[in-house]
Amino acid sequence: MSYAIPGFRHPNLPKNDLGFTTKDYEGAVSTLCAGCGHDSISAAIIEACFELSIPPHHVAKLSGIGCSSKTPTYFLGNSHGFNSVHGRMPAVATGANMANRDLIYIGVSGDGDTASIGMGQFVHSVRRNVDMVYICENNGVYGLTKGQDSATTDIGSKSKKGEPNAMEPIDLCSVALQLGATFVAQSFSGDKHQLVPLIQAAIAHRGFAFINVISPCVTFNNTPGSTKSYDFIRQHMASSNTVDFVPHAEEITTEYAPGTSTSVTMHDGSAINLQKMDPNLDIHSRRSALALMQEYKAQDKVLTGLLFVDEDSQDIHTTMNTTKTPLRALSEKELCPGSAALEKINQSLR
Amino acid sequence: MKREIITNLFVVKFANVNGTGSASANRLFSKAVFRMGVPVSPKNIFPSNIQGLPTWYEVRINENGFLGRRGGIDVVVGMNPQSMERDIGELERGGYFVYDSSKPLDKKMLRDDIDYIGIPFTEICRTEYTDPRQQQLFRNVMYIGSLAALLNIEFDVLTGLITDQFKGKEKLIAPNVHALELGFKYAQEHFDCPIAFRVERRDNVGNKILIDGNSACGLGAVYGGATVSAWYPITPSTSVIDAFARYCRRFRVDPETGEKNFAIVQAEDELAAIGMVIGAAWNGARAFTATSGPGVSLMTEFLGLAYFAEVPTVLIDVQRAGPSTGMPTRTQQSDVLTCAYASHGDTRHICLYPSNPKECFEFTATALDLADRLQTPVIILSDLDLGMNDNMCDPLEWDDTRTYDRGKVFTAEDLDAMEKRFGRYLDVDGDGIPYRTYPGTHPTKGSFFTRGTSKDEYAVYTEAGEKYVANMDRLLRKWDTAKKLVPAPVIRKTKQPCTIGVVYFGTSEAPTLEALYHLEDLHGISLDSLGIKALPFADEIADFIEAHDYVFVVEQNRDAQMRSLLISEFDICPDQLVSLLHYDGSPITARQIRREIRDWILRTTTTPRRRGRK
Repeated sequence: MSYAIPGFRHPNLPKNDLGFTTKDYEGAVSTLCAGCGHDSISAAIIEACFELSIPPHHVAKLSGIGCSSKTPTYFLGNSHGFNSVHGRMPAVATGANMANRDLIYIGVSGDGDTASIGMGQFVHSVRRNVDMVYICENNGVYGLTKGQDSATTDIGSKSKKGEPNAMEPIDLCSVALQLGATFVAQSFSGDKHQLVPLIQAAIAHRGFAFINVISPCVTFNNTPGSTKSYDFIRQHMASSNTVDFVPHAEEITTEYAPGTSTSVTMHDGSAINLQKMDPNLDIHSRRSALALMQEYKAQDKVLTGLLFVDEDSQDIHTTMNTTKTPLRALSEKELCPGSAALEKINQSLR
Repeated sequence: MKREIITNLFVVKFANVNGTGSASANRLFSKAVFRMGVPVSPKNIFPSNIQGLPTWYEVRINENGFLGRRGGIDVVVGMNPQSMERDIGELERGGYFVYDSSKPLDKKMLRDDIDYIGIPFTEICRTEYTDPRQQQLFRNVMYIGSLAALLNIEFDVLTGLITDQFKGKEKLIAPNVHALELGFKYAQEHFDCPIAFRVERRDNVGNKILIDGNSACGLGAVYGGATVSAWYPITPSTSVIDAFARYCRRFRVDPETGEKNFAIVQAEDELAAIGMVIGAAWNGARAFTATSGPGVSLMTEFLGLAYFAEVPTVLIDVQRAGPSTGMPTRTQQSDVLTCAYASHGDTRHICLYPSNPKECFEFTATALDLADRLQTPVIILSDLDLGMNDNMCDPLEWDDTRTYDRGKVFTAEDLDAMEKRFGRYLDVDGDGIPYRTYPGTHPTKGSFFTRGTSKDEYAVYTEAGEKYVANMDRLLRKWDTAKKLVPAPVIRKTKQPCTIGVVYFGTSEAPTLEALYHLEDLHGISLDSLGIKALPFADEIADFIEAHDYVFVVEQNRDAQMRSLLISEFDICPDQLVSLLHYDGSPITARQIRREIRDWILRTTTTPRRRGRK
């Protein structure tokens, strides 16, 4: 159930460095259920891009199929979007990135789209370290087909009409870490303060940035027995750190108590300031992240925050040594060897 | 036995064990005949295996320039005991069986209507070389040397080829030439050379080249401006990408920085490969993939998206024998229907059917233009026979004034000058082709949402029936526009009007045209012919069929797929189209086509125009 957004906006809406207001980053009216966690994630993407003063057309947004994959229509209306086929967003995003390395690619997927039908594509896009943000809007349920368990549903978790789930869930953050992802974070759609800077840091990261966002499904999976309901997540969420993203141009002003903060400088000069909530997490160590996630899981808790980052990450274009010019901008002059070269080839074939 | 001398008109078949390095020696043989100005047509017949199973290399030598498979073998070089019985059985009467006589021949292998030439290749190698690998490799070169003596091939041509082959590795030249000499001398000293089948220098090759279709496709993609290629390895298409990569390394790398003007991604499967191509093309790059039947099956969902969302996509399907895994190293033309209508719902795709490497080169470059112009998938249907065998063809040509047709794309300036709202799927020009914009073009104008769901002219999601129908009908208008842009059919008419025609496509071309020549020459039967080069079918194809009482459709599959496609696209009476099929995994032969047409004509009441025997 959705309501039309009035066209009117306050004339004094704040503007960013480019002179755009948040309105310039909004999309069409959401058709998702009222209270859907996914809409909060869309709002966080809008805020993240607005705050970073990203020209809207410098973003390409891509998705697969499912409730989550519908959301790119609801944010960044001035950006090109591609709602592809089920589970195949990573391939389309990879190809798009090959064609033009200068744009920012935001891929949106869900738990069905990522952990089931698209698992193969997900793991290989991680391995390739494609420069993109991959957000999995994880609600542990198939919404559009009305409430089946997904591959991320926890053992024993009950959806609205289902039996308790009997199968081991796939932990996408652990998978990403094991596959060598260079940026892994976990968050909750209801925690905008954490999610917005995480998205900003993911955009600044050069390489594959994965954010698993637990996003309750109000219609099919917000029941008392579900481990992906608002209440459950609010009660069982544990932050590894609080995140503050500082764009390159800004002065770092955030202050933390000595010994509890870390600052990570990204390749573009921006910084992520982290307030450590759990001193055991070393965000530069995959092992530390994996161990800590396991520990929290044993306590029935979900660890959120930035879990791992490799700021020296080299994206696929760097490893392939592709030209700095977007490939799509090359013309006949650079691409076609011409008739003289062809005659030489002919000669070698006689 | 008194024998007729046959010059430049025979078939040699090499029977080898795969993984023994015979391929390059056999290639040396074909190229030598080619350099003597005599047309050749070599065909690899190989198993889906790395090492140890039988493999053959069949070379047709034909000074008249007939390049299809003839059928029948005149000389067998039998280097594989596993297949010897079968190889001997395949020889025509009066043929020769050249074999390794290091071991005596089993008596049951003896036929009294062929000649046996035993040369102890293994024994000679054992005394000459100590290294087992060298023994194996030089044994191959040695039998080429013997053939030079037996078939009268100019020895200088062979040494010239060896010199070319080992440019940069000069110390390998002398030992290879030595091996050639060993084989040559033994044959000359022990047999009456040359034998009845002989090669004699001619000037019948002109400026033609010898190249495999897959290399030509790869090169066509370089010339056509493809910058992104995503693929998954599959026989027999892998060498398309190998060739693209090879030519890109040669032409597309900045010599100073080493930076590449191309990106090749080996995908995790064909689903991802086509997805990447669609993503790249959507974002404004020219992109392509190459695969074979099983890959096409996996790509169909994405092909439907590219058709419906109108994203340029180029796919090279090097067909092999299906269904399922089928015979992965054998040829067929059996993806005709699956490619034409790939994907669920009402879909149809532009298909191009090259017949030779030159068309592989041209059609690949053209496909990149057509895909951009028509904003839809374009599928090139090659096959294993064309893709993986050297084919003699005219030299490749490129017009330096040619520019890439990027189709209807609005720039930022276009968008600024536009007064009306941009509609991604608006048929502005009435040809069914809308305008698109690349992502990143303009901060506030021209963005749209690409989707596989139904949408209106402004790319907004809709399930309104009339909007859906309007869009589907526009796609049909676009299909009509495509008819005028795709390569035209090739029509050959006899001097007198005739009531029977022959339709062929792809690699059925050379054997069909040869069969037609012999039908006239041997039986006085003249038939019109038409080579289909593309779907959508041009109106001339319907006119051609209409103008004849009966039309043969020659194709290399069981179910007469092209015939079905003609019937469904043109609403033709099925009785009018006579199937001529071949689907055992080998290329169709001119002999089969000639005999089937002759027999059919003799059987039916229709009286074709006949002339007296020459």
